Amino acid sequence: MIANYGYKDGSGEFYISIDTDKCTTCSEKGCLESCPGQIFEMMVDDWDDEVAAVKASERNKIKMTCAACKPTTGRPELLPCQAACKPRGITHSW
Amino acid sequence: MSENQQKEYWRWKEYNWKNPEIPDWKGGLVTAGVDVGSTSSQAVICVDGQLYAYASMRTGSDSPSSALNAINWAMEGTGLTLQDINFTVGTGYGRVNVPFANKAVTEIACHARGANFMYGPSVRTLLDMGGQDCKAIHCDDKGKVTSFLMNDKCAAGTGRGMEVFANLLAVSIEDVGDMSFNVETEPDPVSSTCVVFAKTEATGLLRAGWSKEKVLAAYCSAMASRVVSLLERNGMELDFAITGGIAKNPGVVKRIEKLLGVQALTPKYDTQIAGALGGALFAKALVEKSAKVAK
Repeated sequence: MIANYGYKDGSGEFYISIDTDKCTTCSEKGCLESCPGQIFEMMVDDWDDEVAAVKASERNKIKMTCAACKPTTGRPELLPCQAACKPRGITHSW
Repeated sequence: MSENQQKEYWRWKEYNWKNPEIPDWKGGLVTAGVDVGSTSSQAVICVDGQLYAYASMRTGSDSPSSALNAINWAMEGTGLTLQDINFTVGTGYGRVNVPFANKAVTEIACHARGANFMYGPSVRTLLDMGGQDCKAIHCDDKGKVTSFLMNDKCAAGTGRGMEVFANLLAVSIEDVGDMSFNVETEPDPVSSTCVVFAKTEATGLLRAGWSKEKVLAAYCSAMASRVVSLLERNGMELDFAITGGIAKNPGVVKRIEKLLGVQALTPKYDTQIAGALGGALFAKALVEKSAKVAK
């Protein structure tokens, strides 16, 4: 399942997409520790699989929290959360 | 205070219903889904996976009481008690506060399952327009969610936004959709990113001489463009269906269809019960799964 967490407001669209099918094959759960803003958590979904999610308290402010990893110049090819996610299950819309 | 000020135009009708085609629940597998949303609560009772009874009412300040009131009203006249229900799934915003629920399931999964039952297995894209959020959901032919996108950052594109406009214009919430078509030319939409700004804009338009109908058309259009952008971000795949209270507003539904260039499926049941219905169907699946494991 592709879970999109985030929002759209007057300044744009800000979504983090997690391919939760990839979480079920991942043993490292690197996303949890790699994010400086600690926005990820593991949860048991409706089909009893343990998958990554963006914390409910963070979903409506990811533009601000993720800004620290998104410099206007010299942005890395992969953000820390994307690099730590070995199955490459995390994408950012902005 | 004048009579106009006292009337609450946003209030929609509460109701309960019992399926006349199922005379008795005894001997069947009775499951329930209770959807405690931010604005409304629904309880659905299924017998052997068939819709038996439901109730839809406003959510009060106390989620456990709202859940109990909804299930009691759904059971009214059926002879059922809570003890007769084999399994109950709680869903919606207040799903963890349904005291008699055996399991909590997200409203995203329940709406997809409910829509699969209501509209048939051809549904692939679902728009749930709830009281305080809006969700674009993709599902497979079994009603299992394959992707979702939710917006609950602001009230734009939600039922609450429409209630604000009904009150502002002193128009019954149930008449908003039809009234919005009584315009000669379709006006430009008002602000679609914030209900507060949209309301301010609408007040200015009324002052400038716009009719109520024209303002409603502008707001319905804004709401449609708002949710269409959500659908497009998540990707559109046919067939397309809409659930939630706003699905009963033709002013928004027709404008969404026009923007997308597709026709939404016609519902067989009340669109507001999709989440609770999905919960009751989840409950049936869970009972059957545990029975298989026990064997």
